[in-house]
Amino acid sequence: MRELSLHILDIIQNSITASARDIELTIIEDVKSDLFLIKVFDNGRGIRGDRLRQVTDPFVTSRTTRRVGLGLSLFQEAARRCGGNLEIESTTGQGTRVTAYFKYTHIDRAPLGDIQGTLISLMALNPEIHYRYHHIYNENEFILDTEDIKKILGDIDINQIEVLSWIREFLDEGLENLYGGDSK
Amino acid sequence: MKSLNELRELRETLQKEMAARNSTGKTKIIIGMGTCGIAAGARNILHAVLEEIERRKLDVLVTQTGCIGMCEKEPLLDVQLPGKERITYGNLKEDDVKRIIVEHVINGNIVSDLAIARFEEGGK
Repeated sequence: MRELSLHILDIIQNSITASARDIELTIIEDVKSDLFLIKVFDNGRGIRGDRLRQVTDPFVTSRTTRRVGLGLSLFQEAARRCGGNLEIESTTGQGTRVTAYFKYTHIDRAPLGDIQGTLISLMALNPEIHYRYHHIYNENEFILDTEDIKKILGDIDINQIEVLSWIREFLDEGLENLYGGDSK
Repeated sequence: MKSLNELRELRETLQKEMAARNSTGKTKIIIGMGTCGIAAGARNILHAVLEEIERRKLDVLVTQTGCIGMCEKEPLLDVQLPGKERITYGNLKEDDVKRIIVEHVINGNIVSDLAIARFEEGGK
């Protein structure tokens, strides 16, 4: 994957397949500590202990169990290539927590890329899910919680095209402020 | 800075429009969002679809599917007009989306050089 935001889109698809209702994405970019951290927490059905050890092994994938596949292996490989790793914790019936960390300045670290596009894709295709996006860049932070948006929208769906356009602009501005002139 | 008040105004505008929109018998556009689809560019295809829908003010339902086993032909996009067979388009570039929307979604003609499969209603 050319962008970390594509890995994020991919592993959140796992959460959706696991029937998660709440999905929390946290991105922490801490340049001083040379750390790029991505966390995806969901309240899906979780992964059994024996399966959990296998989910990042591409050769143990089971096509009928959508919770496993190439996606996590690729993401883990990307992290390990950059002096980091990927960790998964899961409790059956409660949810799964995926944490990936990278060395911020590692030459092989893919850029975050179009994270707005990833979020808009998720809201467009799976509007019923509650997403919370928390992004920290050094001392700055940005939060978008779809519950706040849905409260204002009332009976209007979040995946109405005009609403998605508004959210896209909202995210563009929010991230511009977050980075405060630094490039991604 | 964009304000939530703008969102409230947008909601009011949309509520008036919603009454005119019919939720049954919509055309469906289905995007392949498996790992293979995402790696091949499905996100950009989706955004091209959303842009065309907005530009042309279409009332279309956009949904997703996972990997359907045709990974080498990703990105994939299916179009299903109400009561018609479901057509799968493959190996798509962003520019192809405009053609599919105009020729198939709006005019009802299958874009045969991009189509790779067809399914009867209720099949697949």
